[in-house]
Amino acid sequence: MTARFSVGDPVRVRAAFPPGHVRTPFFVRGKAGRVTQVLGPYRNPEELAYGRSGEPALPLYRVVFETAELWDGYQGAPQDTTLVDIYENWLEGA
Amino acid sequence: MTHDHDSDRGHDHGPHPYQPDLEAAPLTHYQAMTQAVGELLIEKGVFSADELRAMLEAIDAKSPAAGARMVARAWCDDAFKARLLTDVNKAAEELGIDAGAIPIRAVENTPDVHNVIVCTLCSCYPRLLIGLPPDWYKSRAYRSRTVREPRRVLAEFGTAIPEDVEVRVHDSTADLRYMVLPARPAGTEGWDETALADLVTRDCMIGVSLPKSPGA
Repeated sequence: MTARFSVGDPVRVRAAFPPGHVRTPFFVRGKAGRVTQVLGPYRNPEELAYGRSGEPALPLYRVVFETAELWDGYQGAPQDTTLVDIYENWLEGA
Repeated sequence: MTHDHDSDRGHDHGPHPYQPDLEAAPLTHYQAMTQAVGELLIEKGVFSADELRAMLEAIDAKSPAAGARMVARAWCDDAFKARLLTDVNKAAEELGIDAGAIPIRAVENTPDVHNVIVCTLCSCYPRLLIGLPPDWYKSRAYRSRTVREPRRVLAEFGTAIPEDVEVRVHDSTADLRYMVLPARPAGTEGWDETALADLVTRDCMIGVSLPKSPGA
């Protein structure tokens, strides 16, 4: 599976709330970030969790977020960042 | 006297609460499931009781020593450091350390960046390199607050990060694990790797702390 996004691409995490085993933390859903690394294909954990094959594998990305944009009233410094590994099915172009 | 031992040694205090037995609390659903699956696998001959015991013993025996050796080597050898930052598992092999099959990446502290690791969804952790995670790493407080207010969490661990340094939080919720490559402490010029490794603690490889100072 070819990766749809490249390093530097702006992306947005889908604001979706499906039931079941999901590895995308709530606090980044709907948030905009930027791809810092393309980590390669990994089997889909949302399928693996239920004893299925997890194929086809999904590209996994390191996405960097400005921490101040993730939280209302963030008390840290403006340059603070948060990095989360996100599977491609959770990302859309921004 | 409420109990009858040692009464003639002036051991005359009232009843005291006993430490509860491990079995005092009822088994949770998953504890019962774990025991049941373990017993079934042994009964079916998938592995023996001794193999299960040995595996638990091996897991419990893991310590931060392996990770500390890798950090100390990286401090002394720039080429090794570059390989460590690319692929921890491969770099570990060079030192005869088995980092396991799960890919591990190292993130480097610099004068401009302080890294800290959390797994907000569970408690993912590079166990083969730094041992079992401490209880606080698995706590809901650490998992939720480290992303929400990392500088306050770090301050509670005694780690003050200057305002002009970027605090970079890594949430390892997917297929990779992360460890921090801390900065080499000042005043350790000329130290050998063994002495340097003694300064590298579990907590500084999680990123809630810094390496020990020389002479501390």
